Amino acid sequence: MPAEAVRMEGIVKRFPGVVANAGIDFSLSFGEVHGLLGENGAGKTVLMSILYGLYQPDSGQTYVRGEPVRIRSPSVAIRLGIGMVHQHFMLVPRLTVLENMAVGWEPRRGPFLDREGMRKRIEALVEEYGLSVDPEARVEELSVGEQQRVEILKALYRGAEILILDEPTAVLTEQEVEALFKTIRALRDQGKAVVFITHKLHEAMTICDRVTVLRKGKKVGTVPISEATPEKLAEMMVGREVVFRVQPKPVQKEGKELLRVEGLTVHDERGLPAVRNVSFSLFDHEILGIAGVEGNGQKELVEALTGLRPPKAGKVYVGGKEATGLSARELAQLGLVHIPEDRQATGLILPFSLAENVVLGRHREDGFALGPWVQLRRRIFRYAEEAVRTFSIVAPSVRVPVQNLSGGNQQRVVLARELGRKPKVVVAHQPTRGLDVAGMEFVWEKLLELREKGCGVLLVSMDLDEILMLADRVAVMYRGEIVGIWPREEADKHELGLAMLGGKVAAR
Amino acid sequence: MRLARELGLVFASLALAFGVGALVAQLSGLSPSAVYRELVRGAFGDQYRFFQTLTQATPIIFTSLSFLIAFRAGLFNIGAEGQLYMGAFFGAWAGFTFVLPPYLHTVVALLVGALVGAVWGFIPGWLRARRGTNEFVSTMMLSYVAIYFTSWLVSPRGPYHGTQWANQTVRILSSAELPRFVRGMQLHWGLAIAGLLSLLLWYFLFRTPRGYEMRAVGQNPRAAQYAGIDVPRTMILALTLAGALAGLGGAAEVLGTHRRFIEFFSPGYGWDGIAGGLIARAHPLAVIPAAILIGALRAGGMGMDRAGVAPADFASVLQGIVIFFVVAPELFRLFRRIRRERRVLVHSQP
Repeated sequence: MPAEAVRMEGIVKRFPGVVANAGIDFSLSFGEVHGLLGENGAGKTVLMSILYGLYQPDSGQTYVRGEPVRIRSPSVAIRLGIGMVHQHFMLVPRLTVLENMAVGWEPRRGPFLDREGMRKRIEALVEEYGLSVDPEARVEELSVGEQQRVEILKALYRGAEILILDEPTAVLTEQEVEALFKTIRALRDQGKAVVFITHKLHEAMTICDRVTVLRKGKKVGTVPISEATPEKLAEMMVGREVVFRVQPKPVQKEGKELLRVEGLTVHDERGLPAVRNVSFSLFDHEILGIAGVEGNGQKELVEALTGLRPPKAGKVYVGGKEATGLSARELAQLGLVHIPEDRQATGLILPFSLAENVVLGRHREDGFALGPWVQLRRRIFRYAEEAVRTFSIVAPSVRVPVQNLSGGNQQRVVLARELGRKPKVVVAHQPTRGLDVAGMEFVWEKLLELREKGCGVLLVSMDLDEILMLADRVAVMYRGEIVGIWPREEADKHELGLAMLGGKVAAR
Repeated sequence: MRLARELGLVFASLALAFGVGALVAQLSGLSPSAVYRELVRGAFGDQYRFFQTLTQATPIIFTSLSFLIAFRAGLFNIGAEGQLYMGAFFGAWAGFTFVLPPYLHTVVALLVGALVGAVWGFIPGWLRARRGTNEFVSTMMLSYVAIYFTSWLVSPRGPYHGTQWANQTVRILSSAELPRFVRGMQLHWGLAIAGLLSLLLWYFLFRTPRGYEMRAVGQNPRAAQYAGIDVPRTMILALTLAGALAGLGGAAEVLGTHRRFIEFFSPGYGWDGIAGGLIARAHPLAVIPAAILIGALRAGGMGMDRAGVAPADFASVLQGIVIFFVVAPELFRLFRRIRRERRVLVHSQP
């Protein structure tokens, strides 16, 4: 049995409205690569941030090399020999590799930086772990893969024996992943302990010795890789049973196509394809769920469908009319509305009053304005009061800023506004994120009500349970593509989980 | 409730500022009581002085409104000074070039000033909206362009050098004059226009769909875009209106107070507008008392100097202290908001 590097016991960490870690046990040995697997929001990064001193746990105990420790800050973690490579690199672009590594850790020779000594040590590390980088190159000139190597080097240079890699492959090309794996193996062979955070099954299978699976803040289990199969890990990640808290009613479908997407390709901020050649249709009386791990193109797909991001290629039809590249306002006129992912950043203007928010985007409509120069305030207030009643919004008055409302009530304001437009197609992006149970049920009931009334709802969610509970059909998005669409009756949670994680897909 | 809190905050800040001012006076070997007595007397002592204060406040109301409307759209118009100069010169130019009946001539000259000011606001607005150029920098730089361009126009080598003894234009025609309230005093109808504009701007921001859109863009551009508001166009509109307001202020100043364009005539009204807008918490109606406060400090400072209780420089020090203390809470709030947003970012990371 190799020496224990880290043991974490009963780690609990709460954030406002969420329990990120609900009593997690975790152990890590020297000479092993330990995979930390789970969906987004499962608590992987939080757990490791606690180990690295970025967060303080609400309760629980951490041991490093068998000693109980309190890691108050990253500098304590570094002194304990813990290094972390974040998803977003923490490098100064204008400085060279060597200078970046020296920041906060400058070896001196007299009053000067001991460049020679540093270079020698760096070169030794480069040699030992196959991390090829030029110490004199400026970081801004390096590729993403090289920058990541600099981060790893930085950690090793500071004496890290326990290395945390937070989704290190997310930004890498295939070749770079190969090189990274070589480095990780070299680290393991040198007796270092490596934590590899990921939500990609095949990578966990390839590189890890043991895997710990987290789901919704809880630990599901730890398995040696020799006993793991992709199927088993997928099942651990997504669970088996679906908890039904609401039930869709049977409806009579007319087979009308309300939304058609043909060969849609959308680029992200960096100009790389985030949605690749996606096609699907949405019909009346239907909820189409789009499942997938966050970051597989859902955000860009939604933005392209709702007029917030111009698509690169492909066509969109709403109610039979071509709607490719139309603005949010024009789409709303065609009957397509959007419940955005982040109500606070996108869906609402927090300092504005409830009344002002309830007409956001509709403020030029006939009932609320006479041209650009007259606002019909009386009507807006009356409409807002009606919305408060029909959507059971708890608010002292329609004049309070929405920032004073709870998350659930804020979401009701968004729903009241968007559903008040009498839409035919509703694009709901993570509509229950961050809500309490009552808030979630309210949203679910509203979505089902829309379906009964004949609307088409595109429900994009990271929560597979939510999708399986509500959707008539389930599509899975992986790496910007829709890898399959299943009718709900035929959708098997386990198979969907595998598809979400890039496993093989049987159905189509 | 909110109003009471805001007012309380402003008066508390004022009290604090005058307290610190007294301390500084004491340490400088001046008598605080004499300084404040002369300050108040200089600003409000009699009708003439009070009118002087209002005369000083008039252009500051315009520039404060200019700063405020951009601020409401989330933009910083640091260049009201330059927009004021452009409006002032071209207002005067219309005043001595066109031949029109009285009053109509005034109105036309004011509109010319507003229009040229608007152009001076449109340029940074367009650059910001379409090219992403930081408006903070561009408005400030264009300000210097305007100040020195107009100075050149009236210099001995420039085309509008009107008098031998000073760098200024010829006098405007009497038909273009903005009438004064009382014979022999500089206070002119520009103050009434400024007051009316404050009201109009309030109506615009809080009672029209366009104003609503502007505030939406200022508070959350992403949500505004999602709501189908044309964010770049709104930004351009805000800075154009900001330029028009400052330009109109410059034209009114020239047509009402000086009756000609004089190089470097402004003692910094454009910069005072930033303070005025912030003291007023970006509320159009609160701009009037805020501008009067700044005008009173200016006029009172001159009174202090004349009475010999303190040099004019001390008046500037006092102005600085007052403005700092009254603006500071707003700045703190700004910082707090930034910090809170950063915290939210950290929390949303897991």
